[in-house]
Amino acid sequence: MSKLNAKIPEGPLADKWTNHKAKLRLVNPANRKKLDIIIVGTGLSGASAASTLGELGYNVKVFCYQDSPRRAHSVAAQGGINATKNYKNDNDSVYRLFYDMLKGGDFRAREANVYRAAEVSNQVIDHYTALGVPFARDYGGLIENRSFGGVQVSRTFYAKGQTGQQCLIGAYSALSRQIAKGTVTMYPRREMMDLVIVEGKARGIIARNLITGEIERHSAHAVILATGGYGTIYYLSTLALNSNGSSAWRAFKQGALFANPSFVQIHPTSIPVLNDHQCKLTLMSESLRNDGRVWVPKQKGDKRNPNDIPEDERDYYLERRYPAFGNLVPRDVASRAAKERCDAGYGVGPTGLSVYLDFRDAINKKGRNAIEDNYGNLFEMYEKITGESPYETPMRIYPAGHYTMGGLWVDYNLMTTIPGLFAIGEANFSDHGANRLGASSLMQTSGDGYFIIPYTIADYLADDIRTPKISVNSPEFENAENGVKERIEKLLSIGGTETATSFHKRLGKIMWDYCGMVRNEEGLKKALIQLDELKEEFWKNLKVPDTANELNQELEKANRVADFLELGKLLVFDALNRRESCGAHFREESQTENGEAKRDDEHFSYVAAWEFAGDGKEPILHKEELKFEFVKLQERSYK
Amino acid sequence: MKITLKIWRQKDARSKGKFETYKLDNVAPDMSFLEMLDSLNQQLIAEGKSPVAFDHDCREGICGSCGIYINGRPHGNDRKVTTCELRLRKFKDGDTITVEPWRARAFPVVKDLIVDRSAFDKIIQAGGYISVNAGAAQDANAIPVPKHNADVAFDTASCIGCGACVAACKNASAMLFIAAKVTHLAQFPQGRIEAAERVKRMIAKMDELGFGSCTNTRACEAECPKGISISTIAKLNREYFVAKLKD
Repeated sequence: MSKLNAKIPEGPLADKWTNHKAKLRLVNPANRKKLDIIIVGTGLSGASAASTLGELGYNVKVFCYQDSPRRAHSVAAQGGINATKNYKNDNDSVYRLFYDMLKGGDFRAREANVYRAAEVSNQVIDHYTALGVPFARDYGGLIENRSFGGVQVSRTFYAKGQTGQQCLIGAYSALSRQIAKGTVTMYPRREMMDLVIVEGKARGIIARNLITGEIERHSAHAVILATGGYGTIYYLSTLALNSNGSSAWRAFKQGALFANPSFVQIHPTSIPVLNDHQCKLTLMSESLRNDGRVWVPKQKGDKRNPNDIPEDERDYYLERRYPAFGNLVPRDVASRAAKERCDAGYGVGPTGLSVYLDFRDAINKKGRNAIEDNYGNLFEMYEKITGESPYETPMRIYPAGHYTMGGLWVDYNLMTTIPGLFAIGEANFSDHGANRLGASSLMQTSGDGYFIIPYTIADYLADDIRTPKISVNSPEFENAENGVKERIEKLLSIGGTETATSFHKRLGKIMWDYCGMVRNEEGLKKALIQLDELKEEFWKNLKVPDTANELNQELEKANRVADFLELGKLLVFDALNRRESCGAHFREESQTENGEAKRDDEHFSYVAAWEFAGDGKEPILHKEELKFEFVKLQERSYK
Repeated sequence: MKITLKIWRQKDARSKGKFETYKLDNVAPDMSFLEMLDSLNQQLIAEGKSPVAFDHDCREGICGSCGIYINGRPHGNDRKVTTCELRLRKFKDGDTITVEPWRARAFPVVKDLIVDRSAFDKIIQAGGYISVNAGAAQDANAIPVPKHNADVAFDTASCIGCGACVAACKNASAMLFIAAKVTHLAQFPQGRIEAAERVKRMIAKMDELGFGSCTNTRACEAECPKGISISTIAKLNREYFVAKLKD
């Protein structure tokens, strides 16, 4: 039998989660406080799981690398969070959100998981509202909604362009309440360095105290990774600079399978690269495409001021190519279309690598105040960075690495292939297929934490109620700690000449050029060779200043880059293996006459889950066939 | 551009710190302030020296990690920006810039420009929340909230917890931080239920942690990167007096 049992419940789609919940075992309240749960990460999934499990009475320990749990990168999500409330009476429903997500993901996600994500979305909105998240409201005091890419209803709840921040502050406040009550212990400024497995089960982590450098052992009955995505592998991305893939990578090397690693979302609307010193690309929310129109000049290399280019000399290429969805096509489609125009020589700006996102028509129609009300903070942010006001000149935007649909493989209970190790939020792979629709991330990550993991983890822990506290003095902890110390010593002792940042930049370029928006076999094979060379050079010529026993940000970086160099190869293996185009994964060899992605359902309708086979060895592929019982596979068309 | 930096260097919490001077000969006006420090650090590492430690993460002004006292002002001389959003075009070629950590008793220095702001987390833990467990909420539209209140809640909830208000205040008071949270939660009917308890506990915690009092100099408001108004402190005082009167 395959290693992979997704444990999808039988029965009609709409009843699966309900039936499954009814069968999940419970843990008696009196037993919960005897059970320890470690959660790594305090974004929306980590914070929501932590507060909820704390409310239920478990003994929760939470870790984050930031100085406060409130700073996790969910904070930067801008546009909104989806739910199927149908407050707009536009015929929205759980089924419709499910279908939009499944189609948006180009039919590379599990039906049952996606349906459940849609099903719990309304509860998430209710909970955030109760916590005091100030969603936008109309003058009647009721909640407003807006549209997002890839859908034809308005189901997105938002708080200006700071929805992630507002939700995270809500989740953080609930977490803070549990910390005060003592059900949750918070360990900030800690980095997970390794996972500890005892008798086949995840039983703890080794963490580094980022202030003192001390290596700590922490044990638990179960471990939840809520560590987000690995988009910073491109060096330049919309993510926080310290976001990283190390926890997931440690888990992978300990035996957890990694699914669809090459499914990375390149977000279409980021502020373009301005200079060489840049280490970060700032996102401009997809919600802007509600009112902004994307265009380039019809004439190649047109250097006129955009406001001087008359209407009939502008190519609104999204409206032209995709009349049904226009500017609101999904992100992967919009990104590739921008790249296509720029590659063909129609790009604008000093580098020719950007397109216009123009609000002129919306401002004329709705008035400046209405636009300011919806997007004020985004316009301000844009102006601070570029020195130009989007009220007067169109924004210039270009795609940037953003979100990873791939992640640790999990079953329907959100458990990885290591018993007792769970992965939630962006860290897992399960709900977005090959492309994520806007505002579905906050929805899924919160749903996982508030309404799914608390139920499914109980079923796992029900077997552990007689298991005493896990000792940290076992040989397994000892070995794991020694391994971590050796690795740190090694990083510090290379004594080369090149910094971790410099290696990261070089890695990013390889990944962006060969495993970014467009991939082909030749390029991917080149990337494999270059990644091997770069890794070798890294371990020979890395320079890390200072010592292990102090706050050492360069050491932190080096440790993360070392993992990225290996993870990069896994992305490339996965992209090579999938000789079809689907969602964000675009293989040049597999496209329609019009340059749209061409899926190959006959050969690739599966989740590619990779198993670590040892350092220097090719990972082993396991396939989880995707069965579509309730929807008919279709060509994903937004025309 | 040429820039001279006078940067506070301090090995750890126990060591004594001092200013070190560094010269950068080739910085560009469109660089962010932190990108300048990044490039200084690359230079220092190449010279075999310790890089300057500073907190940062999102680099887009929303996580609240960064916070540097630049030429005597938290987050520097631009309006409504965090340090990561500050651009060198706000400085002149040949400028000397003084770079320090937040200075406040409740925010001890950890290393170089990094301070310990866990006091803010403790204040939130004292009451900066609405007590509702997951699963207990009613439909989100069950309680209408006037748009005005929702907007005030948003404006105050946009606090990123960076600590600039404390750093700007001559008394190192955390009143603007607390006022923002108290005002935010007081806008909702469900937030009113524990309003009195909340404000008393948060103020008591602030006093306990060594923050100073407010003397209305308005420096906090001037330096807040999110533009949170000092009028929220008036609201906080009102909430506090009402709560105390009921004792």
